Amino acid sequence: MVVAGLGSTAWDITAAGDSPLNFPMWGAMGQAAMMGLGLALAQPKRRVLVITGDGEMLMGLGSLATIGVQQPANLAVVVIDNERYGETGMQTTHTAHGIDLAGVARSCKLNVVDDFKQLGKAIHTQRGPHFAVVKVDAEKIPLVLPPREGTLLKARFRRALLGAKADAE
Amino acid sequence: MWPEGIHKELSAAGVRLVGYVPDAGHKRLIELCQADKKMRAVVLTTEEEGIGLATGAWLGGQKSVLLMQSSGVGNVVNVLGMVSECRFPLVTLITMRGEQGEFNPWQVPMGQAVRPVLEAMGTVVQAPASAEDIVPTVNAALRLAYNSYASVAVLIPQRVIGIKSFQEQTAR
Repeated sequence: MVVAGLGSTAWDITAAGDSPLNFPMWGAMGQAAMMGLGLALAQPKRRVLVITGDGEMLMGLGSLATIGVQQPANLAVVVIDNERYGETGMQTTHTAHGIDLAGVARSCKLNVVDDFKQLGKAIHTQRGPHFAVVKVDAEKIPLVLPPREGTLLKARFRRALLGAKADAE
Repeated sequence: MWPEGIHKELSAAGVRLVGYVPDAGHKRLIELCQADKKMRAVVLTTEEEGIGLATGAWLGGQKSVLLMQSSGVGNVVNVLGMVSECRFPLVTLITMRGEQGEFNPWQVPMGQAVRPVLEAMGTVVQAPASAEDIVPTVNAALRLAYNSYASVAVLIPQRVIGIKSFQEQTAR
């Protein structure tokens, strides 16, 4: 199950193949990691991946402390870091000025995965919470957009995960 | 007492996740939730995180509640847009400051803005008038939120919490 922060990472997970178990955010900047935490605590037997950008993560830094307290074993947060606010004119973020998100995550007791060869294994099978920063080039590429309607994104996710129970509550 | 009554309502409704930013008025309820083995109490760095937590939990099929003080309402405004757009059910229990007999002037502007701010963002605001009304109002809020996919806030009045001075607050 994947939660993507608003902007490029929401387009990225869609380019990789849209799925009902993707929740691409179109707003609520700063809340991707917390949404992942809520989902991970609700579904402890399933794996949850949060993919978000550096700007989105910076807006919710406190959530790393909150995740560190809860220690969800089934959660991974991966930051795709182009050191830019990509949707607003490519202004530099704090990470372009040496601010170290992995260092913050490490201080918050998340398991920082530096070796990308190990990242897939960590996300899928190893005890979390995991955190990784993936540095990428700041470039504009064609956008692949997910559905925009919030109620649709919510309903399709719950039906795919919960089946008939999604509508019985 | 109303904190025990609220805890029973949450438990009966199947709430298993409790996000909170501490508040003197919520002290007893937070302790009850922490002591309840079927509940997980999640301390937040800011109230805004509670919206992410509650919406993520609902995606995963779990009911939750969010506890905050009135000042926290100002911290959740933008992300309530997601709650509205996606029609996530949400129950927020807010202990009021800046309302009646307030001793700290810095609490008054946000306290007075709670209702219009929440209503502007599409949250249904329910304000029990007395201590006896609190538990039935929470019961109704849980049903409204989870049966009708609504965002509902219950304002617990300052006169029920009864903190009249800074000395009294810190002594709790």
